[in-house]
Amino acid sequence: MNPTTQQKHELNFDLEFGNFYYTEHYTYDAGYGLSERTIDYICDVKNDAPWIREFRKKALHIFLNKPNPTHWASADLNNIDYNHIRYYLAKDKHPRRSWEEVPENVKKTFERLGIPEKERKFLAGVEAQFDSEAAYSNMKEELAKQGVIFVGSTEGLNNYPDIFKKWFSKVIPPGDNKFAALNSAVFSGGSFIYVPPGVKVRQPLQAYFRINAENFGQFERTLIIADEGAEVTYMEGCTAPRFETSTLHSAVVELVALPGAKIQYITVQNWSPNVYNLVTKRGLAFAEAQIKWIDCNIGSRLTMKYPGVILKGPKARGEVISIALANNGQHQDTGAKMIHAADETTSNIVSKSISIGNGRATYRGLVHIPSHLRGCKNNTECDALLIHTDSRTDTYPAIVVKGQGNCVQHEASVSKVSAEQIFYMQQRGLSEAQAMSLSVNGFVNDLVRQFPIEYSVELKRLIDLEMEGSVG
Amino acid sequence: MQALVIHNLHARIGEREILKGLTLTVPLGEVHAIMGPNGSGKSTLAKVLAGHPEYEVTHGTATLDGQDLLSLEPDARARLGLFLAFQYPCEIPGVSIANFLRTALQARLAEGEEIDAIAFYQELYEKMDLLQIDRSFTSRSVNDGFSGGEKKRCEILQLAMLKPKYAILDETDSGLDIDALKIVANGVNSMRSPHFSAIIITHYQRLLHYIQPDYVHVLVDGRIVRSGDKQLAIELEERGYDTIIEEAQALATAQKLETFPH
Repeated sequence: MNPTTQQKHELNFDLEFGNFYYTEHYTYDAGYGLSERTIDYICDVKNDAPWIREFRKKALHIFLNKPNPTHWASADLNNIDYNHIRYYLAKDKHPRRSWEEVPENVKKTFERLGIPEKERKFLAGVEAQFDSEAAYSNMKEELAKQGVIFVGSTEGLNNYPDIFKKWFSKVIPPGDNKFAALNSAVFSGGSFIYVPPGVKVRQPLQAYFRINAENFGQFERTLIIADEGAEVTYMEGCTAPRFETSTLHSAVVELVALPGAKIQYITVQNWSPNVYNLVTKRGLAFAEAQIKWIDCNIGSRLTMKYPGVILKGPKARGEVISIALANNGQHQDTGAKMIHAADETTSNIVSKSISIGNGRATYRGLVHIPSHLRGCKNNTECDALLIHTDSRTDTYPAIVVKGQGNCVQHEASVSKVSAEQIFYMQQRGLSEAQAMSLSVNGFVNDLVRQFPIEYSVELKRLIDLEMEGSVG
Repeated sequence: MQALVIHNLHARIGEREILKGLTLTVPLGEVHAIMGPNGSGKSTLAKVLAGHPEYEVTHGTATLDGQDLLSLEPDARARLGLFLAFQYPCEIPGVSIANFLRTALQARLAEGEEIDAIAFYQELYEKMDLLQIDRSFTSRSVNDGFSGGEKKRCEILQLAMLKPKYAILDETDSGLDIDALKIVANGVNSMRSPHFSAIIITHYQRLLHYIQPDYVHVLVDGRIVRSGDKQLAIELEERGYDTIIEEAQALATAQKLETFPH
């Protein structure tokens, strides 16, 4: 029948979507392994200010002295060989402002990933990072006129040192965790965004992080500051080819929402199944500010990521909407942190995970409301869907609420795709894989509806793709 | 001849044999009713034909317009033109009726062909009006939170939209009040044509007032024991299954005796 051939066709096309690379000749290569010499190499190439060099070296010592957090996290962390990773790879230190100027193979890569097309259609600005450095960075002129800054982290550091230095590493200090320390030591790339008071950026800004090289670590560092009453939506996408050996991605993302500001940060990542994805993301929300993380984790070998919001000012609001899909051999260890630090702050966590085959999805949450606060509210919902009998899900919610004047609500559910449901859909003419996809898409549908339309389409496509491979 | 042909079908669930040599032919364009007491194998027949994974066919054949059904996956059988209106329709949370039907119709198209969205919605609304389903249901999740009657009407909506050649209605009348029953019957009757067959599985002849069958079969203990026209349904209602079964068994015994030389 035709539908079968159609699926196969789409399947091949889609599976190859991110799985390609061009052999690139790098101008700058820090070589394998991590030492002070690696840091010096990166600092020299980037022409870092002395305080950054010092910051990096301090962070390196924290990283080297902190043990892996395997007392609570997966022992798979012990399999990362830090001496077999390259920490800085770049062809070119400076991003281009037009696609024509981007080196041929890099341009071809992003064209295959559809970035220039998306930029034309619905984005206010794009940064495209290739291994360690951004190859392309551009923003619509009208935003620049309004004083919006959207550049790479190096450019932010060099051209806007006052504002950069004021907030950099204040939300996530190097000592926060081992991987935040690693990122602080070798960070390169990522975005620096500043939105001036009252400016509302209507269209999203997008960054795309592409790993092209084998045995490589990508350590982008993003800092977004929305000044009083400003609004901005930032979206990031990530892919990497499938290599024989594992690759490391360890980013740090800091958000600062000054009073009344709104930041929405959307991630749709589709890592190949050998990427260790160990990311620290946190926002600081001042009075009446709102920070919303929408986080979709598909792919990778191990993801550990718990986006958080520190609710620092009264009536601040934090939200984490999280979708994780753990396929065969994958572990999605995701969740959220909400630290209430002012009265009448509210937080909302909705997490949905899907485990396929022997995939494992873990929800790890932390909600903290100290006793002196009044009128704080948290709502947490975790729903897990298991596809096969050996699929696994775990939930570790830690909720610390002190005092009398606060309100917390936690709901969790685990369900399994039933054979009856699949049979019902097959009876209507859908293949088993199509039925599974539809069922999974239905499970996450209420969350996906909150996404910009372009991203909900992409997420649906990714889910279809994961389900295709899971049946048979 | 275009027909659904079932010959000497044996099927079991676990160790328990439920169909014990069922033979039945339903030519395209006819409406057949299958009646029988609880546990006689009516629903099993429906599920076995549709390819439910829990049932194992141990013997016999079933073909649709000459093509073997039993070797096919459930979805391939559906795309050949077999539809089952479920006795207990499944809920699919988060999947809207419109999305579900579009996906099901899309699965029947050749590569590169796309559903015409406007024509699709026009037809969907038309069928919903016929079945007196509120148009707001297009965005409701399939069967999720529906009443029993709403679920049954949703089954008939899917039948009307997917336009199979052969439809099996498994106790679609159970749990329906008389108004809903008329609406459902009206939906099925609107599909009657020389290119559409229905097998109506029911306990009672109530539904058969509204959907007049061409033939009625009585299923007992995994076999068709008697066939007749619509009068048989009325007779069953008046005299009860027990009498009919006893007569049928007596007849079968007599036939068996005849086949052996004295």
